[in-house]
Amino acid sequence: MSALTLASKRRRSALRTLAFLSPWLIGFAVFFAYPLLSTVYFSFMHYDGFQAPTWSGTKNWTYVFAHYPLFWPALRNTLWLVVVMVGLRVVFGLGVGLLITKIKTGTGVFRTLFYLPYLAPPVAATMSFAFLLNPGTGPVNSLLERIGVPAPGWFNDPSWSKPALTLLALWGIGDLMVIFMAALLDVPKEQYEAAELDGASSWQRFRYVTLPTISPIIMFAVVTGVIQTMQYYTQPLIAGKVASGVIQGAGTQFEPGYPDKSTLTLPQLVYNLGFQRFDYGSACVVALVLFALSMVFTALLMRRRGGLIQAGD
Amino acid sequence: MTQLLDTPARTLTPAPEATAARRRNVLHWIAVHSLGVAAALFFTLPFVFVFLTSLMSDSQALSRDLIPHTWEWDNYRKVFDTPGFLTWWRNTLLYAGLGTVLTVVSSVPVAYALAKFRFRGRNLALMLVISMMMLPPQVVVIPMYLFWARQLDLSGTLWPLIVPMALGDAFSIFLLRQFLTTIPDEYVDAAKVDGCGDVRTLLKVVLPMAKPGIAAVALFQFFYAWNDYFGPQIYASENPGAWTLSYGLESFKGAHHTDWNLTMAATVLVMAPVILVFFFAQKAFVEGVTLTGVKG
Repeated sequence: MSALTLASKRRRSALRTLAFLSPWLIGFAVFFAYPLLSTVYFSFMHYDGFQAPTWSGTKNWTYVFAHYPLFWPALRNTLWLVVVMVGLRVVFGLGVGLLITKIKTGTGVFRTLFYLPYLAPPVAATMSFAFLLNPGTGPVNSLLERIGVPAPGWFNDPSWSKPALTLLALWGIGDLMVIFMAALLDVPKEQYEAAELDGASSWQRFRYVTLPTISPIIMFAVVTGVIQTMQYYTQPLIAGKVASGVIQGAGTQFEPGYPDKSTLTLPQLVYNLGFQRFDYGSACVVALVLFALSMVFTALLMRRRGGLIQAGD
Repeated sequence: MTQLLDTPARTLTPAPEATAARRRNVLHWIAVHSLGVAAALFFTLPFVFVFLTSLMSDSQALSRDLIPHTWEWDNYRKVFDTPGFLTWWRNTLLYAGLGTVLTVVSSVPVAYALAKFRFRGRNLALMLVISMMMLPPQVVVIPMYLFWARQLDLSGTLWPLIVPMALGDAFSIFLLRQFLTTIPDEYVDAAKVDGCGDVRTLLKVVLPMAKPGIAAVALFQFFYAWNDYFGPQIYASENPGAWTLSYGLESFKGAHHTDWNLTMAATVLVMAPVILVFFFAQKAFVEGVTLTGVKG
């Protein structure tokens, strides 16, 4: 009797769990599992969206890796962005976070001002920077020339377009600032006091007390920064489009990466291959490269001790 | 005791040293706050220049001037008069508004189950949620586009972007789950003892306590839809009647390719609502950022 009720209780609890999870279970199947398998399938097919897909073996794969002229530039740009943009963002975010914890007068006002650019919609923020940095009449170059500094071509110069994007990314540092600020305020005060009694200078206190305590947060910022870089799409695309003067509209073809492939990123290649060249098979190859890279770093994030999920709580 | 010992020690400190310390503190204060002002200029000047340019006349916007000679508030009216601009507003509000409501309604029960139910495969489910959260949308876009455009004939509308939000959003589920784990189990157990079923416990006990988490999720989702460029580019680009503000904004530069003033006025109009919403809900928003970043 009691065994029976226990079994029915268990079944009820399983049904209850299923019912609560059902929106996500359906979403997982329809928007994750199915399209992912389908992407693998199409990566081995020749498909232009008009004629039925035909088996093409590894042709799409060799095309993307050996002949598609945009693949390696995009990968090189991604590497550049991971090293320079993510690196500078973490350093700058930590610096601004530190600064805000030291500011004692008007803290709320400063914090809000520092945070606001993070909220600017990416298209609007990029258009703003394309204007601010435009070499012809932009305010930044006007000011630089007034004080006699040679003005770079920013989004119109292949060697300055990524630094310009980095500047835009540093402007929107608000997310990292808040995360670092919370981490810095969590460092136990006693540790600073103890270090001060031992005669540690403020640099030594930062190096031996602050840094070790917040290092998990720095790791988190680096890894999520890398994952965000894999998805970096809107800003480089808009910057290239606006700087090149391409007019948007039906039937417009914009060869991404202006100037000279310097703003190409992997997600732009999926769009270029799939929706401009109608080569769905090769687009799926790039999509899978993107998937593999993202998942490697997501796995890193989840393996981190005491990481993103409180496992087994 | 310690207080008694401390007080005389402090009064006994030699006066010159105290002045030196105070001077050092003042200098430190000045250094920190000048750095703060410099940083504040870096973060605010772009907004200022964009706003000033949006008020310039056509010819002045092409010059190197930084401050308008005449304040052309009319530029904003011109932007509103641009064919399509109001439609983009309506579409954005539909996508962001309806999308947010659907996301919250569908994500709350999932997050609750992941936070409070004990079942086999819970950690696996959570890991899959995180994987979905980290997945670049471009990875699955080819099959998804073929599904919405070819099977359901819905390209040229925003429905391929809104409907999926009724099936839970990974980021929202994760953020809510993080929030709900901070609510002690005792509240849930007490509700059970009082004879509440799971649904009633969730609605009457957990939800009222989860308001800050829900507010954060709603805000993030609203901003996500407001900012989304890739989604409308894939599904709505062929039909200007379905464009959103983020997507349509870029066409200003095309239509007025020399008039930075109108383009910047449109840019201000796309930024302003997000910033206004932020001022009303600052606390919930900052809480959400820390919750997904640090907690757990």
